[in-house]
Amino acid sequence: MNLDFSPEDAAFREEARSFIAQNYPKELREKQDRGEELSKEDYLSWHRILAKKGWATPSWPIEFGGTGWTPTQKYIWSEEQARADTLGILPFGVSMLAPVIYTFGTQEQKEQFLPGIRDGLVWWCQGYSEPGAGSDLASLKTKAERVTGDDGKEYYIVNGQKTWTTLGQHADWGFFLVRTDPDAKPQSGISFLLIDMKTPGIEVRRITTLEGGHEVNDVFLDNVKVPVENRVFHENQGWTCAKALLAHERTGIAGVARSKRGLEKVREIASTELSDAGGKLLADPFFKRKVAELEIDLTALEFTELRTLAGESSGKGPGPESSILKIKGTEIQQRLTELVLEAVGHYGAPYLRDLGHNANIGPDYADGVAGNYFNMRKTSIYGGSNEIQRNIIAKMVLGL
Amino acid sequence: MDFSFTEEQSMLRDTVASYLADHYSFEQRRDALKAEPGWRPNVWKAFAEELGILGAPFAEELGGLGGGSTENMVIMEELGKSLVVEPYLGTVVIGGGFLKHSGYAGAADLIGGIIGGETIIAFAYAEPQARYTWQDLKTTAKKDGGGYVINGQKAVVIGAPYATHLIVTARTGGGQRDAQGVSVFIVPKNAKGVTTRDYPTVDGFRASEVTFENVSVGADALIGAEGAGLPLVEKVIDEAIVATSAEACGVFRKLHEGTLEYTKQRKQFGQPISQFQVLQHRMVDMFINLEQSISMTYMANIKLADSDVERAKGASAAKVQIGKAAKFIGQNAIQLHGGMGMTDEMAIGHYFKRATMIESAFGSTDHHLGRYENLSLGAAA
Repeated sequence: MNLDFSPEDAAFREEARSFIAQNYPKELREKQDRGEELSKEDYLSWHRILAKKGWATPSWPIEFGGTGWTPTQKYIWSEEQARADTLGILPFGVSMLAPVIYTFGTQEQKEQFLPGIRDGLVWWCQGYSEPGAGSDLASLKTKAERVTGDDGKEYYIVNGQKTWTTLGQHADWGFFLVRTDPDAKPQSGISFLLIDMKTPGIEVRRITTLEGGHEVNDVFLDNVKVPVENRVFHENQGWTCAKALLAHERTGIAGVARSKRGLEKVREIASTELSDAGGKLLADPFFKRKVAELEIDLTALEFTELRTLAGESSGKGPGPESSILKIKGTEIQQRLTELVLEAVGHYGAPYLRDLGHNANIGPDYADGVAGNYFNMRKTSIYGGSNEIQRNIIAKMVLGL
Repeated sequence: MDFSFTEEQSMLRDTVASYLADHYSFEQRRDALKAEPGWRPNVWKAFAEELGILGAPFAEELGGLGGGSTENMVIMEELGKSLVVEPYLGTVVIGGGFLKHSGYAGAADLIGGIIGGETIIAFAYAEPQARYTWQDLKTTAKKDGGGYVINGQKAVVIGAPYATHLIVTARTGGGQRDAQGVSVFIVPKNAKGVTTRDYPTVDGFRASEVTFENVSVGADALIGAEGAGLPLVEKVIDEAIVATSAEACGVFRKLHEGTLEYTKQRKQFGQPISQFQVLQHRMVDMFINLEQSISMTYMANIKLADSDVERAKGASAAKVQIGKAAKFIGQNAIQLHGGMGMTDEMAIGHYFKRATMIESAFGSTDHHLGRYENLSLGAAA
């Protein structure tokens, strides 16, 4: 039992650090620093640089483009990315869909879809939730009926509505859960379809979230024609894919390295802001205690994640324990945004989104912190709400 | 990075677990605690001779198994699962810690005695006025010829009734709360002038109020350098915190498992109460607390080998997690057992009592939050 890094690990850290320093796009860094809204190209630029290096998909099997890194190397890589405040790789293709394709897909599907995901050429979105199917995902109603087309080929005709589709406004393709057997039990009649978002009959409509941002969307499907070969795994067995995907979605969600960086920022801000007593806010006994408790809880999460990674390295995939990481990780991310909002005091109030980055009102670090606090409430809701995660642990781990 | 246990460590765990399964049932423990002397010397003898675990963290040339803090952790978790009262913590972890880290001249002999089961040590550090400030000492050790004369009173010395030796903190210089001037002595409990008032503790141990009245000891009773003992005390207490955290993980496991089993059996409104979601989520939160406690115990164990500051931060952070979890898991275990949780006849209450005492052992949650703050944020603030 030790936390020692081998000379190879230390060399890897050095390599990772200098690669980021030399290759992270300058324009992207500036936009991030100014808090500007990012374009589709901005989102993908860093991904494409990493893809050239062969580092865009470290967790994939080597044959499809994985790096074969040890858990320690993956840990180092996530630390170095957080340290440099790099833009995260979008999860929809790389960590959500790809494991489904390489686990359940046909050879043709692997060849058709994995390279585009790996190289950051195709933007994917997720079509899971519906207005009437949130936590109870299996009650989804979007319908796919099988027909033979005029060309003699088999198609699904998809009708329904999906919602909370994150960054769907940029998507080239989407993966959708649809009902193919309306008479079966809820989980048994679902299929997993890959749909080209340019197909006629698809409409993506903006949902403005409470902080004013455009992150999520409604997706309407009106007689959308999807070739049968775009179905992953067997008809009516899409729930198997959905569950596997959610377990993968949960592992990255702990966000330990990013939260560590977030905590550093809290300390920086609280070393500048003053307390009621006139000293540094960080010296205020009440604020200081909250920072210390958060730091300790983050350490507990970090070591729980390390234990999970160690388990994975001995051949166990991400199991229901990853629900713990989701619950604790999102709670900590939310508490960080609370602390920052609290730290900036009066300057949490100005709403400068439409004034642009030259508003010059209050300290720079206060810009957008309330928006971030509002926005991060999503984390305990998405990816299976934290209450659903507790249901999963109760059933799968505690056997209740 | 490695979080696994070696084959030897896993075997050690199995050995302790299977001995305790055969010899340390809830009833056997209960009967022993009610009778005198309140512990089982024959169990201790078995630890020494049959299991050989009293040498677990000592070097092989001293007759030990060549292990360290990880072996202590493995053993303490098993002792926690069975609520063992025999003095492994005081003797092997704390007594052994002082002897190993101080370069003490008589260490080899005393360690030999520990491994053989003849030497039993209790740590007399707390004083009635001092709360959790280890250097707040009214007990004094005055130079007298070649040796020292010790006077003072020590509070709640766990395991003192069974001990052959006491390790005592006393002031050889400086003011009552100064960091400098703290010295550590080892004193035979039967030394002239040592008197004890023995009593049971709420969680089944025996302890004493110990008075030192003109107790004369030789220069060879001094462990470590005179007046510079505080860093040694802090290091050993941090090791004791890690061992106690491991014990707590054993206690928490039993509290959690027992609650799961009970709620699956107990029927109300025509169904097992484990079917109610509000109870399921409570038990999930107990489980998360348990897992986080295990993680923090591993973390603090690894940090024992780090710098003084990192070691201290690790131990305090772990103790904060353990303290909070002790309250949450313990209180909810009783709540979910309903009226049955209030009875002496069920084991659950006994685990709760131990968890509650662990909460404040070697410093409360607030104490360790404060210590962590000063170490982690002190400079920045």
